Amino acid sequence: MRERNASNLAALGLPALLLLCALLGPWIAPYDPNASNAAIALQPPSAAHWFGADQLGRDILSRVIVATRLDLVIAFSAVALSGVVGSVVGAAIGYFRGFADGAVSRLADVLMAFPLFALAMASVAAFGNSVANVIVVTAIVNLPFYIRLARAETNIRRDVGYVEAARVGGSSHGRILFVFLLPNILSPLVVQASINLGWAVLNAAGLSFIGLGVRAPTPEWGVMVSDGAQFISSGQWWVALFPGLALMLAALGFNLLGDALRDIVDIRSRW
Amino acid sequence: MRFVLRRCLGAPPTLAGVLVVAFLITHWLPGDPAVLFASNPSADAGAIAAIHEKLGLDLPLWRQFLIYVGAVAHGDLGQSVVTGQPVARDLARLLPASLELTLSAFALAIGLALPLGVAAALRPGSLINHLCRLVSTAAAALPTFVTGLVLIAVFYVLLGVAPEPIGRLDAFAVAPPAITGFLTIDALLARDPSAFVMAAAHLALPALTMALFALAPLARTIRAAMIGALNADFIAAARANGLAWRTVVFTYAFRNAMLPVVTTLGMTFSYMLGANVLVEKVFAWPGVGSYALDALIGLDYAPVQGFMLLMAAIFVAVNLLVDIVYGLVDPRAGFEADA
Repeated sequence: MRERNASNLAALGLPALLLLCALLGPWIAPYDPNASNAAIALQPPSAAHWFGADQLGRDILSRVIVATRLDLVIAFSAVALSGVVGSVVGAAIGYFRGFADGAVSRLADVLMAFPLFALAMASVAAFGNSVANVIVVTAIVNLPFYIRLARAETNIRRDVGYVEAARVGGSSHGRILFVFLLPNILSPLVVQASINLGWAVLNAAGLSFIGLGVRAPTPEWGVMVSDGAQFISSGQWWVALFPGLALMLAALGFNLLGDALRDIVDIRSRW
Repeated sequence: MRFVLRRCLGAPPTLAGVLVVAFLITHWLPGDPAVLFASNPSADAGAIAAIHEKLGLDLPLWRQFLIYVGAVAHGDLGQSVVTGQPVARDLARLLPASLELTLSAFALAIGLALPLGVAAALRPGSLINHLCRLVSTAAAALPTFVTGLVLIAVFYVLLGVAPEPIGRLDAFAVAPPAITGFLTIDALLARDPSAFVMAAAHLALPALTMALFALAPLARTIRAAMIGALNADFIAAARANGLAWRTVVFTYAFRNAMLPVVTTLGMTFSYMLGANVLVEKVFAWPGVGSYALDALIGLDYAPVQGFMLLMAAIFVAVNLLVDIVYGLVDPRAGFEADA
């Protein structure tokens, strides 16, 4: 039991720490994240620069902290977008069935046939290499999962007693959908969204790692790892490691949060 | 048999959709391929219009799509501007490298996840259960490109036991005669132990990187499936009949637990195909992933399109196979689908 408490503490603590960095980043950071200082270029971690300095002599700790906001904004917006659109579309086709159900389900199958990262990579390149498009594309490649979940959950509830009662009572389809069905299928969707956050952080950073989305010199974890990759072989590990660790902790925090929420909602999958 | 047929009929509509999506995405890619084909950015308008006409880029979109489908049906995926080769030939040449990496990572991940998941299910609340939880939670949070770089830093830079993380063999090494395209197997077939060691050493870190990526979902599903099977009535019956614990666990529970795991295997394999791009970039692995990435950055349409088609086709094929195996192993699945 003590271990469960420890992991629940991390499940709340890590996201809280990240939110703090995202909100207050520019004020917490000890140095200007974009100020370069050739004298300390590629200096290893020291008392003055805890995470060392990069090839332009910028303080890595400051850059890692300031980058939190951008990485979280991308992940949160993408998950919110696909969560809201996917839930409403999925619930609607699960409720109304018919032609739209078949068409949307087919489309979801097609999107799911592509490996997520390959689809995201090609789509960002196609729609235009920008942060907004990274958000939209991350949302689109995730949409099928929400649509399927919401559709399945609505499907098993569309004929239950309280829905029939609402129908008899004269509620419109829209009211049944938004007032009676969606709130009842919300908890599995919220669990899915929180598990999705960790994935969205990794996906967006992966895209910027290969040069799509955010670009240097903007501080962003994926870009910073990509910058540091070239110094790994010459032994300057700190340039890539610290932003990589930040990325890992962010994904870990959101995954733990998702697991904790799932434990509450679904007792069977509890460890 | 009817079930197998039904599943096979389900694949073509998905593949048709895949063709449309791959075509549209590459159509929207920025840059004008005609300018690249003219291999001269300052080519005059007339020359570019002539190339447009030659490539069919002046036709309406639906005609372009039909031409594209016709070409794909003949195995023609277009020409890569960067390599100057037909894309189909490039992909065929590079696919074994990616498959060797993905399959060995897959085998490694299953080899780690199976004992971990089963042991965790057998002893709930024990140390091994917590270890399984810890490993799969941590592994799920690992970005593949960071794992790869950390492994390079530790095993190549710090310890010096791994070869330089560039490609499948040491620089200037001669590859064994290509039979399967899997260098480790080709080296064995050529009875060349030193080439085998070299190929395996180059394969080790990228395969481990990708295996760690696949470990979390596998260990999780195996554990959950095994717990589900162990709680089933037939296990209680088998134990009540006095069967040995070993027999109960491995013959009865394990076999039944493997059914849901097979489905997860298919999904995980697909995720790995996507993650290939990042792992291949980190280790300069000459596979289809780095080929597609180079093409994408070079605004070279055809290879990106070919890569997407290939990945989706592999995914559809793998899932079809999984479904058929599932239907054959568990007759209930087949009946449900037929009902």
